[in-house]
Amino acid sequence: MSDSLSKMLPGENIRISTDTYTRPFWEAAKAHKLTVAQCGDCGTFRMPPRPYCPDCQSKKINWPELPGTAKVYSFAVCHKSPFTGEDLLYIPAVLDIDGAPGARLVSNLVGIDPDKVEIGMTVAVDWHPITEGWVLPIFKPQ
Amino acid sequence: MTWEHQDKTAIVGIGATPYYPRGTSEPQTIYEMAGEAIMAACEDAGLNVKQIDGFAYYSGASAGYVDKMDTADFMEMLGIPEITFTAALTSGGGGSAGAAGLATAAIVSGQATYVVTVMALQQSKARLGTVFGQVAPDPINSFLQPSGLVGPGHLMSVLAKRHMHLYGTRREAFAEIVMATRLNAVNRPGAVRRNPLTKEEYFSSPMLADPLCRLDFCLETDGAVAFITTSSERAKDLKQKPVYIHGCAHGGRREWGRAFAWMGMPDEYFASAGNKPIAERLWQQTGLSAKDIDVALLYDHFSPMVLMQLEDYGFCQRGEGGEFVESGAIRYATGSIPVNTHGGQLSEAYIIGMTHVREGVEQMRGVATNQVKGAEFALVTGGPASLPVSGLILRGEK
Repeated sequence: MSDSLSKMLPGENIRISTDTYTRPFWEAAKAHKLTVAQCGDCGTFRMPPRPYCPDCQSKKINWPELPGTAKVYSFAVCHKSPFTGEDLLYIPAVLDIDGAPGARLVSNLVGIDPDKVEIGMTVAVDWHPITEGWVLPIFKPQ
Repeated sequence: MTWEHQDKTAIVGIGATPYYPRGTSEPQTIYEMAGEAIMAACEDAGLNVKQIDGFAYYSGASAGYVDKMDTADFMEMLGIPEITFTAALTSGGGGSAGAAGLATAAIVSGQATYVVTVMALQQSKARLGTVFGQVAPDPINSFLQPSGLVGPGHLMSVLAKRHMHLYGTRREAFAEIVMATRLNAVNRPGAVRRNPLTKEEYFSSPMLADPLCRLDFCLETDGAVAFITTSSERAKDLKQKPVYIHGCAHGGRREWGRAFAWMGMPDEYFASAGNKPIAERLWQQTGLSAKDIDVALLYDHFSPMVLMQLEDYGFCQRGEGGEFVESGAIRYATGSIPVNTHGGQLSEAYIIGMTHVREGVEQMRGVATNQVKGAEFALVTGGPASLPVSGLILRGEK
């Protein structure tokens, strides 16, 4: 019953913008690589990427390649497209990124029955084209 | 360690327009409504509007995130001759209770005499429920908006879900908050929703962002509320019984930060209302604790945030909020701590926290619709949201 599985939001409705410090995340996503900002001095992870490390104030940033999996920290189940109001089952989720303790990503769980989603479950990244050639990380059951 | 400015200032006037369902306040303009509230507050205090010399806003002096309020416009419109203080707390509705502290800062530092705090809201141009989703993407919200968490209710549903996961909190608790609040609006003149609500009705309300249903969301209303703060010395000569500012704090910790616009909070903050540091400062300022509070006016944009504030302020232990409200503890007539006796933002009206200040003042004057007998201390809170969050303890004259 594919109707009962959560969907992607239509990519043609999703817009992002970038700056000096967030662009590497999105450029990596274009290449289907999941990364997050890590302090080049003390190793602390941070998201969204900002100019300074909140722990040591360093401006050195690493963009480590990560396993591409995450744990569901929390989620909601929504039934209406935020763009058109039409019926659309989608699941926004807050994710703890594997390999980057302390860094969270707010994304979507796609292709899963909402009743099967559990906090703590592992999900794997997938890639969803959006406007202007950008690619959005989304997550699927492993 | 008593706060050195305790009871040095007082709220002496409060004024409001009628409350309107969203979009029905037209053809009035937003400045017209704000002016009506300011003049009603002056009239209530026994002041002439020309005596106002200070403005202490919150929410960056925005009027509901869509419109802007500006002191020079008010001066031009109302004929206020000179101002000596005009400032705003930053960010959004989190500062609603803390604006009284900003007014106090102006007064005790000798920068102003009669300070007005005002909020006006008219949602015909944009609904606050979708306002975050309508914002053009910036580099930071590009890490949030694409998920489809478009409104504050969507965002807070994720916090509620985590609370349910950690502590076994049930939707029955949210239902009780909504029903108890609604019951307080039944006899409240001017409240937008006055029909009593059953559990069956609550559970048949459509899910907007599971675990939150439509009835967990506050009302969408238009209107304006203003209050006037002055020194306790001056307050003695005015029309009303002074309502003293006994404690007031705004701010918060980085672990809460931008809160549900960030989602990076560690566990003890994620499933909270971010108000714990505020609570600790208020209790330190006043020597009081939750058990001394007679009535709690907790910012209720979404029902789970009432539950989490009850925990933050220590009315119950962390994680026990569900059980606490399900026991009937927050009911006006029969509970141990009456909450949102005016019907709150869930049932009376949503003017970004100002209706809670109004109710606090009415309770401390002893004239509230659902008066808590012998009430001496009221807690008023600002909205759990991006910092600052805030809290205010009002003291009535015995």
